[in-house]
Amino acid sequence: MLVASALLSGLGLGSMYGLLALGFYVTHAVSHTVNFAQGSTMMLGAVVCFTVWVTFGLPLTLAVIVALAACTVWGALVERVAVRPFVARGSDAWLIATVALGIVIDNVILFTFGKDPRGMPPGILTTGSVTVAGIKIQYLQALIPVVGLLLAAGLHLSFQRSRYGKALLAVVQNKDAARLMGIDVERVIVAAFAVSGLLAGVAGILVAPLFTISSTMGTLFGIKAFAVAILGGIESAWGVVLAGLIYGVAEALIIAVLGSNYSQIVTFALVILALAVRPRGLFARAEVKKV
Amino acid sequence: MWNPSPPRCDASLRRAWRHPWVFAAVVATSFATQAALAAEPILVGNIAALSGASAQSGEAITRGLSLAIDEVNAKGGLLGGRMLKLVQRDDDSTPPKGLIAARELIFKEKVAAIFGGIDTPVSLAMTPLMNKEKMIFMGVWAAGTGITRNGATPNYVFRVSAVDDLVDIKLLKYAHQKFGAGKAGLMLINNPWGESNQMGLLAASKADPTVQIAGVEKFENNDVDMVPQLARLKGSGADAIVLVVNAPPGAQMMKSRERMGWMVPVISHWGISGGRFPELAGPTAGDAHFVQTYSFFGKQSTAGARVLADLKKKYPQIKGPEDIFAPVGTANSYDAMHLLALAIEQAGSTDPDAVRAALENLKGSYAGLIKAYTQPFTPDSHDALGPDDYIMVHYEGDKVVPVQ
Repeated sequence: MLVASALLSGLGLGSMYGLLALGFYVTHAVSHTVNFAQGSTMMLGAVVCFTVWVTFGLPLTLAVIVALAACTVWGALVERVAVRPFVARGSDAWLIATVALGIVIDNVILFTFGKDPRGMPPGILTTGSVTVAGIKIQYLQALIPVVGLLLAAGLHLSFQRSRYGKALLAVVQNKDAARLMGIDVERVIVAAFAVSGLLAGVAGILVAPLFTISSTMGTLFGIKAFAVAILGGIESAWGVVLAGLIYGVAEALIIAVLGSNYSQIVTFALVILALAVRPRGLFARAEVKKV
Repeated sequence: MWNPSPPRCDASLRRAWRHPWVFAAVVATSFATQAALAAEPILVGNIAALSGASAQSGEAITRGLSLAIDEVNAKGGLLGGRMLKLVQRDDDSTPPKGLIAARELIFKEKVAAIFGGIDTPVSLAMTPLMNKEKMIFMGVWAAGTGITRNGATPNYVFRVSAVDDLVDIKLLKYAHQKFGAGKAGLMLINNPWGESNQMGLLAASKADPTVQIAGVEKFENNDVDMVPQLARLKGSGADAIVLVVNAPPGAQMMKSRERMGWMVPVISHWGISGGRFPELAGPTAGDAHFVQTYSFFGKQSTAGARVLADLKKKYPQIKGPEDIFAPVGTANSYDAMHLLALAIEQAGSTDPDAVRAALENLKGSYAGLIKAYTQPFTPDSHDALGPDDYIMVHYEGDKVVPVQ
């Protein structure tokens, strides 16, 4: 029962990490850059959804749409403000620029939303549940992994099968060649960052009912999600989501077996160990370079 | 070598005193100085969480202090007409900010005493500074045992609030009496406050083994899911949870408990009353029974009825007891301010040593909000409240009401 309960809990949390880490995957796949403000974007999704729904009293559906739109626009803005200017000059300063932009949005939310953490009102997803083999499963707990896996599948398929997805991948292979083939490289990259923001928004809206909503709620999530992205190899949507699940389950099992005092120490030590054994991540293949 | 001449003004001074106008001038100046001193307010500081997750606790403390100060000033102030004036600083629930605020209040504002807020780590960080700088510190919420029992001699730190070690005895006893619990699982925040209570709860269980400790689990402020910790406690046979944490992570614990469907009794320290616990925890918020020192519900004493009426008058948003959030902060700080005022009056000055001595041997009795205080502090005990002064409450909606 203890292990089964921890497994269930870990799968839910791991899906969340995976969902957020998918955002790192999308931008990395297209531009070899990532948005380190991903945790802040997730927070933005939760805050906007709460504000529109609870504070303004508008319908939840509208709140979700507005929150996702805000995160999508924010993702695109991050690319224009904190990534493109530096990449254009061959600089790696986008690393700190995205971190800095995350801190800016955290503080803007702090001053506008307030420091007081808020809680989403209970709904059918958090109050309704099913019991399987003696373990109670909330609807939301079941929904999160499903959403994570569906999004991973969607991304995988759109990259592999759709014209636009292939265009995205072509950009990272060779920008100049892609440009010559008529692909609008800048637009493709900004679209990738917008999708990354959208994914973070989905994660924020899903995690909000389970957590307390505040300007700092995304910080630790962002760090763990990046660890997950690296662990998964960052070059595979499936790999990233699977790494998220592995990370979440490992974290929960460590607490269940060893106790909560050891969770962070052992989990991050395992990440280091895994990367020492497989430096490119658990699910990445070695990149082939033509010479 | 410089060899100054001895002052040769003694004879001239004696001559000057013989003139009536000189004498009159000196007397007039003396009265003017005394009048100026009388007009000078006595500043008292309050360093508490005025923003952030525990902002309601800070506001509750502010209300209690303000009400008591209004009452003292309405009676003509202290030390022959000096009015009390409150100077507040936000510690943001972080020890470094608390220390910065304490230094500012001591060295710049030159307050006569400082009141402390909800966070034990902040109060623990400030305690050595208070004793080093001989500043009277009056804790009105944080319950960490080591705050008042800090080993300093002389000790300038006092408290009108619960004490962890004593609360821990109360929590285990209540778990058994109310719910018939025999094995308590401890869910503690991973900080000095959690550690303080871990020691207290283990000691309480050792002293009275009616309730054994099934296990000890820790969690962080930002933890989302505490099901694994709870599952461990469940696996070790816990039939009640003893919770020590502030409102937001406490709410996460309640959500995790609800998620895993383990509807075990929850007996909590009072940290969960310092924020939006009912909103954050959701429908099961009322399941947590927690300790308080006062409730504005039920029949009120003379002081209780007066304070309730004054609160309604001063804060129009308060229509009744149900509108008083974090009542413990208001009650503790109200009584603490009055006790400090009595001590300053008894000491005849704001000199910290004199006030400390007066607090340790306060004459007469004071009919306060929480109880009638007779020598609330002694040189050996700087805590005015004990287990008999604690009550158990829970949330009904947003209201904190005593458990029947």
